[in-house]
Amino acid sequence: MTSAPDAVAEPVASHWTTGTVREIEHLGDNFVKLRLEVADRHDHVPGQHYVVRLRAPDGYTAQRSYSIASDPADPLVELMVECLPRGEVSGFLHDVAEVGDELEVRGPIGRWFVWGGTTPSLCVAGGSGIVPFVSMMRYARRTGTEHLLRVVASAQTRERLPYVEELESYGAFVALTRENQPAPDGSERVAAHIYPEELVPLADGIERAYVCGSVGFVSFVGRILGEAGVRSDTVRVEQFGPTG
Amino acid sequence: MAEFTRGFTGRPRRGGDDRLPPGQYDTGAGWPTLTAELTPTIDVEQWTMTVDGLVESPTTWDWRGIHALPASSYFGDIHCVTTWSKFDTTFAGVSVDALLEVTGVKPEATHVFATSTTGYTTNLPLDDITNGKAWIVWDFDGKPLTPEHGGPVRLLVPHLYFWKSAKWITRLELRDHDEPGFWERNGYHDRGDPWLEQRYQGDA
Repeated sequence: MTSAPDAVAEPVASHWTTGTVREIEHLGDNFVKLRLEVADRHDHVPGQHYVVRLRAPDGYTAQRSYSIASDPADPLVELMVECLPRGEVSGFLHDVAEVGDELEVRGPIGRWFVWGGTTPSLCVAGGSGIVPFVSMMRYARRTGTEHLLRVVASAQTRERLPYVEELESYGAFVALTRENQPAPDGSERVAAHIYPEELVPLADGIERAYVCGSVGFVSFVGRILGEAGVRSDTVRVEQFGPTG
Repeated sequence: MAEFTRGFTGRPRRGGDDRLPPGQYDTGAGWPTLTAELTPTIDVEQWTMTVDGLVESPTTWDWRGIHALPASSYFGDIHCVTTWSKFDTTFAGVSVDALLEVTGVKPEATHVFATSTTGYTTNLPLDDITNGKAWIVWDFDGKPLTPEHGGPVRLLVPHLYFWKSAKWITRLELRDHDEPGFWERNGYHDRGDPWLEQRYQGDA
């Protein structure tokens, strides 16, 4: 682990504020996209997250962290929330939240899993782990730094991969594990996890790798990044989901 | 800001449950993980534990040496800043007090800086790791601690948020000043008391 945080803006002590839902879009049963107008907002760095806190009439609260998908220049803050089975917060956001609702939010948070637009990097995402990389990708596009940011996304099916069309138009490498896909050379990529050989050209020349996904996915990618020649101390990790 | 979130009632909850700090939920049998780096492979034959800095006798233990110290265990709850709490955990290892008894503590020591084999660091007031409040542990529920949970050996400071309980611990350095560790530099609170909800920089 390298010790220095990225050269990002000095940390702002974040406070709870109001995020008003301005747009909401359901993507199948699995995902809901929320676009929030955040009061007293501080600009984020791609990769950072917000905390969303729900409050019941009796004062009970539940809060969860969600990565930001939007570019810092976007007037709204975009979150893409995966609906988890019996998810207390994600279930509410998916089933109950409507345009006009006010949520308690806090952010942006995190100074480690961030990309400041200068370090040649490879991002590897599993499923909804793509969200922080969407913010990085949008930032790269706006600032003309796409050549410094390569993106790999893995999911079971296209439907389980939010932003799949945007990823493809960016030139991200998409690996589906349960669907065959047409390959650029006219052949077909047979459903499979990412192969180390697929990462080798993408890892060439990078100085940092970011991996975001479930515990099992991060462990798997850590191994194949090593096989592709990426040093483990250049890898930054964000993972979610339970382990045994 | 609205007084409450329209339409939100939350999970069923028991009244008067005083074991759950504010904003936390009971994860039950699960044990999620929070990590910023890849899980290392550590050979216990190569691993050492060092206590140095403002101590009378800086000391390094190997795997056998630390097991020769008096055994100590923790039974109770743990709390992660990502909002899960886990009740009735059992960890076994040695008390940090047992290490400090060997090294002695210089009177000017006020803080400790913990370092992992990966380079992860975290800072703690000395008072938070002495007098039966902190352990170096290698067993969880009677089994060797698994690598994703910090195995073979981690720091355990259960009264603070769990990022203070550095996984893959290898060194405690006693200091006369406080200096932020890894997550503390990256936006998290310097002390991290779950009962005061000290999650992020700026919390009271």
